[in-house]
Amino acid sequence: MHSASKERGAADFLLSGNGVKSAPGLFGEAENSCIEPKISARGVNFYYGPKRALKDINMDFSPRLITAIIGPSGCGKSTFIRLLNRMNELVPGTRLEGEILLDGLDIVAPVCDVAELRKRVGMVFQKPNPFPKSIFENVAYGLEINGSLARRAIEEKVEDSLKKAALWDEVKDRLRESALGLSGGQQQRLCIARCLAVEPEVILFDEPCASLDPISTAKIEELILTLKKTYTIVIVTHNMQQAARVSDRTAFFLMGELIEYGGTGMIFKAPHDRRTEDYITGRFG
Amino acid sequence: MTKRELIQKTGFTLLAMCMAANIVFLGLIIFFIASKGLSIISWEFLTQAPVDAMTRGGIAPAIVGTLYLTLGAVLIALPLGAACAIYLTEYSPKGWTVNLIRISVNNLAGVPSVVFGLFGLAIFVKKAGFGVSMLSGSLTLGILALPVIISASQEALIAVPQSIREASLALGATRWETIRRVVLPAALPGILTGVILSVGRVAGETAPILFTAAAFYMKGYPDSVLSEVMALPYHIYALMTEGTHPEIQTQIAYGSSLVLLALVLSVSMLAIFIRQRYRRGYNA
Repeated sequence: MHSASKERGAADFLLSGNGVKSAPGLFGEAENSCIEPKISARGVNFYYGPKRALKDINMDFSPRLITAIIGPSGCGKSTFIRLLNRMNELVPGTRLEGEILLDGLDIVAPVCDVAELRKRVGMVFQKPNPFPKSIFENVAYGLEINGSLARRAIEEKVEDSLKKAALWDEVKDRLRESALGLSGGQQQRLCIARCLAVEPEVILFDEPCASLDPISTAKIEELILTLKKTYTIVIVTHNMQQAARVSDRTAFFLMGELIEYGGTGMIFKAPHDRRTEDYITGRFG
Repeated sequence: MTKRELIQKTGFTLLAMCMAANIVFLGLIIFFIASKGLSIISWEFLTQAPVDAMTRGGIAPAIVGTLYLTLGAVLIALPLGAACAIYLTEYSPKGWTVNLIRISVNNLAGVPSVVFGLFGLAIFVKKAGFGVSMLSGSLTLGILALPVIISASQEALIAVPQSIREASLALGATRWETIRRVVLPAALPGILTGVILSVGRVAGETAPILFTAAAFYMKGYPDSVLSEVMALPYHIYALMTEGTHPEIQTQIAYGSSLVLLALVLSVSMLAIFIRQRYRRGYNA
């Protein structure tokens, strides 16, 4: 996973760290190293037809941390994150090897109810994709399909979710209006509120700011940081500054392989692998 | 003016002229029918049954019959066609079978309507034993309308962005919940466009009901789905080809045509109104 080409940087990191000599390239924050991972990928290979898009990925995600996945276009980072809630099943002709564990249980197993899985592992997509329904209906949707809540409870939950997504003040007077009338940034926060309403444990962000302006991006990033207290967060991003700003850990993918995975500070200041360093310093990608 | 501007201006002028030609033809048809038929239209004409060998009285049974037949056809074709389209676009694995079915459906749209009429006669009237009846006629017209509704529904479903299907599934909805609560409402305006198109076609068809439903003359209204029924297109045909008072019959035929035109337009308007209502909710 790491090469010796960046020995000096690695040494600096280890010396300047808190003295715990964790294996280089693994988790930089010692306090988390003993916590059970929320999600584990074990020997994951993924194929689009004959094309192998992911090569033997082994990766753990710790609870209540933000993990960023970076890498150039086509490196498999989006493919990987979409495995964690089984969204890739919608693509015909794909095949998965290996196992993905959520709280130790294999989500790829046939007995796993995919709808239940997706309630626990929510997702926010690259382009805001609100339903062509009202703002209220968008957030209430996930609650209604679960069907057990009374009207009043749904209303409270919608308000609560919109507040958590920092959107309530902007939309409270127009909940019955179409969600498509909102700005791109507002739509994306609505999608986050919609996701929060079903009370997931993990939230996957697939390049959530790719189509947003810098101000909307800042709001989303701020929001993601507040969500960290409650949720396990995985974020795929093209934007390395974004990964550096929001994440606790960063994984670098290249051509379907996990090249390096560690504390965000370490990945950005002292990567072990030449390829990580080249990517981060903008020499390619 | 540069050469490129000239080319652009010529192009747009040509397009505008083609558009104007369409309007002119549509206007001519309406004007022609109205000028010949408007004089005969009266309250009595719209509400009474024909009397005196169809030289006096009204065309009410034919109006009602056409409404019944069209409604029946849509009631049969809409659920069947929409269901077929949902299966083809949402459930069935993509591949040559689906393409084959799609091509077949499109070919079905090209089958001459008199062939549908003969099919209806053989299957619904004779084999199924419904006789010459509203039921047989509605079924035949429904089959005629199917391809239009299937194609329009498929187009409408395909046009629903994949991203909102994913949004629904990612919230833990099943594929069925996603179709019922997200995809279908979003596709409804397009499906209703198919209904509008097929209503226009169904209401005006003569050949499919010729052997399956149409009565030359009835005193009153049909009392069950198994009774024969008068219908405007066939009434017009009968007035123009049979009977002994051609001069007055021709006038009644034009009046009936005008009523048929108005009927198709108003049913279309209704569907357009429903479509607009749904669209408003979906495109802010």
